[in-house]
Amino acid sequence: MQSGKRLTSIGREKLQQIIELCRSVEERSVDPFTVDVDDIIRVIREYFPLWDKPEDLCLDAEAIHSVASVVRLQSEWVKRRSTSLCADPFLIEEKVRSMGKEDVLNVFLKAWHPIVELEQLSLHSLSEAIEYWKSLRPLKDRWMEFPMPELEVEPATREELISQRILRDKAFAEELESFWGQLKEKVKAGGADGKIGYWNFICAETYEETVHRAFLASFLVTYGYATLEIHPLEGEIYIKPFERQVKPSTGRQLVSIPILISKEEWEKRRRGA
Amino acid sequence: MSKRKAYYAGKLKRAVHLLFFRRHKKPGVKGWELRRALGSDYPKVLKILDEYLKPLDLQVKTVFEEGVMENPSAEQLDQARFYIALRGELTPKEAKMIGWRIDDLAGLAVTLAYLVSKGGKAPRREVEALLQEKLPGWRASLNIDRYIRYGYLAEDEGEQLYLDWRARAEVDLKALADLLLSAQSRNDSLIKS
Repeated sequence: MQSGKRLTSIGREKLQQIIELCRSVEERSVDPFTVDVDDIIRVIREYFPLWDKPEDLCLDAEAIHSVASVVRLQSEWVKRRSTSLCADPFLIEEKVRSMGKEDVLNVFLKAWHPIVELEQLSLHSLSEAIEYWKSLRPLKDRWMEFPMPELEVEPATREELISQRILRDKAFAEELESFWGQLKEKVKAGGADGKIGYWNFICAETYEETVHRAFLASFLVTYGYATLEIHPLEGEIYIKPFERQVKPSTGRQLVSIPILISKEEWEKRRRGA
Repeated sequence: MSKRKAYYAGKLKRAVHLLFFRRHKKPGVKGWELRRALGSDYPKVLKILDEYLKPLDLQVKTVFEEGVMENPSAEQLDQARFYIALRGELTPKEAKMIGWRIDDLAGLAVTLAYLVSKGGKAPRREVEALLQEKLPGWRASLNIDRYIRYGYLAEDEGEQLYLDWRARAEVDLKALADLLLSAQSRNDSLIKS
């Protein structure tokens, strides 16, 4: 049993090494033929029977994908070598090392055809420029054309902020508390294992209301009233309320989880419901 | 002067103004700009201009986005960039007179040839190592920066060097690689003598 686990861990390491090697060939434009593809395939095949967990199978697929990229680079390399434009870099290096600077220069001058470009003022452009300068009003005059608008500033009332939807009718803390209560009730009524589907909870009659509920749910999680459970393989997210507010422990690193609340997704969920 | 000759003489002048004088950050004129200024028969105008420039050792050079093209379409010509370039060769003395030190120009030659041999891109440190064979280390790095500034090379975040627009416009890259390979090195000549 122990040796099986050890073998699995060695296999994972080897796959990681293969991925790293292939990536370095791709990124650093190293000669792709430095990679022994047959040997790599042999290693991948050797460890394949050990994989049963999805993450190991993903690693295996990634390794295969990296090898495929190297094979593609090898094919491009051969294609390029077979064209007339290609010269062996080692030959060029050797030549350059053995040639004097003057010789290299003489060779280069045979293949170099520099661009001709002129920058010249004409009398016409000068006279146009002078005309423009004459017609240009002084800076202080031009800036006077844009007086700063004088705005009347006065404090906004709570009713105005509510009408502009900056503030809600309830105080935020109060709203969050009642939202937490809603979550607990929903879990009691239709949840399983003390949790409920995230979308089931936040989905509302309108898209705007759904976004607002998602916004509140994010605060429930951040302030320790609830937690999220993510099942990446099923693509499901659950929200689980706590009975009492849990203060986040200072030692643990907090993780942000972005959840897209798109209109399409909302419509799909609404249709599903 | 016949009507037809006068028509092309006017267009030739306009083409010369557009091509010789720098109008943008980069020299040269795009095909679509020429079409707008000279009309749809601008390739013919450029051909006539090229004939005129031949005795002056100049040429109208076309650089396509896709590289060398045998029979370009109208769209490809529109996207191409046109330049006036030297038709023949400069002597080392003339090269010095247009602001290049012999070391810098030789360094550019080596860099371009190396990039061509590597399929158009290579890590900067490799090129620096090659230049350091004949130039001091600080100079090699400085020269590469200069070649980048002039538009001969481009560099990405991964410190990979690429051939840039000026290298494609000014240098016959295939000829450079061939000439370097066929050039007689000092060792060869010593053995022969």
